[in-house]
Amino acid sequence: MGIPTVLATCLYTVATRVGANRIVRGGRFHHPFGAPEKPQAEEYVWRRKFVEQTMHALCTPVQQPTVFDVEDAVLV
Amino acid sequence: MADVLRVVHYLNAFFGGVGGEAEAHTPVSVHPGALGPGRLLEQALAGQGQVVATLMCGDGYFADQEEAVVEHVQAHWQTLKPDVFIAGPAFRSGRYGLACGRLCLEAERLKIPAVTGMHVENPGSDLYRPEHLYIIATEASAVGMRPALERMAALAIKRGRCQPIGTAAEEGFLSRAVRRTVHTGTPAAIRAVDMALKKWRGEPYISELTVETFEVIPPAPPLSDPSKALVALVTEAGLVRKGNPDRLPAAAATHWASYHVGGMDRLVAGEWDAVHGGYDNTAALQDPNRVVPLDALRELERDGVIGKLLDDVFVTVGNMGSLNAMKRIGAEIAAMLVQRGVQAVVLPAT
Repeated sequence: MGIPTVLATCLYTVATRVGANRIVRGGRFHHPFGAPEKPQAEEYVWRRKFVEQTMHALCTPVQQPTVFDVEDAVLV
Repeated sequence: MADVLRVVHYLNAFFGGVGGEAEAHTPVSVHPGALGPGRLLEQALAGQGQVVATLMCGDGYFADQEEAVVEHVQAHWQTLKPDVFIAGPAFRSGRYGLACGRLCLEAERLKIPAVTGMHVENPGSDLYRPEHLYIIATEASAVGMRPALERMAALAIKRGRCQPIGTAAEEGFLSRAVRRTVHTGTPAAIRAVDMALKKWRGEPYISELTVETFEVIPPAPPLSDPSKALVALVTEAGLVRKGNPDRLPAAAATHWASYHVGGMDRLVAGEWDAVHGGYDNTAALQDPNRVVPLDALRELERDGVIGKLLDDVFVTVGNMGSLNAMKRIGAEIAAMLVQRGVQAVVLPAT
């Protein structure tokens, strides 16, 4: 019985190929939980939403590598 | 003419001619000259090498007493002083393949060039190819004995004489997780477009690199009640305490570290460094929470969305990490997490 783990990355294709089962995509690869283009307060709101999405992924049953999106994620 | 190479050959008891029930439990023995298929091997060596001795061991005995067998074989190598060690071929026989792989690895460690042979699906292949061993691809059964021995002999001679070795396809060995840079004379952009055109036209093409396949990990069941869960942060982004006290490297990490974040509401810029060599760390240094979102997870903790955040974060550097090292690091961190009752992990990756 494993520990549910969610990988937060923007390189979701690599993550699915490697076999990570819960993947949340967002941010850019050099700051997965960051959105420095936004003003600080807005960036924090975005980060909180992203982290909530990681919790959602952890609470969701999956059968295989599954990608969860964060709203208005920007893909690199 | 060059010196005749001294070859020591390893066989399991079945191929050594010990039959029946005794076969699997035969302890290690040494015999002068070639035994069983070793005679075919000697023919294939065509005077370039001579099988000076054959080591034989039952596969069951090896499985039960691996370390003792290794020690015995090492002692025999000391006495016999082989120029090359040849094991098998094991075809699809799993325990035999594992024995051949292990012994070749030990030989290489003692700087004795080693060659073995087995079918690609032999478990010994999966386990020992990443150790960069030379494993000739054989057919599934001893029907393929002669071609296997011929290729093994040819490769063994090259290795014994330190001659240049061709690609896996040329020499017939299984890909050994080694990448060599070769100048082709044609720039990569042109080769890429040529390959794309062939693919588009439905013509055959050969990929220069093949994509590795990864083992399937069954997903862990989901958290039923996050408000009671102990959540941990693990990252490969190389976020470390300023000064990198555990000396995590910028690439090819072989270890990990953990950092105490108890009592911290957020990661404070200036207290952390980002040493992963594969990404621009400007944004991370300005605000480390952009990589390890301690601030947001603490807020979830305060709001009761999660039960508790573990007081330590686990860190390594995933830049150009070898699969084997990363597997080991993952297993070690996972053991720590299990010990501490962690129920879920958030893993930022760069």
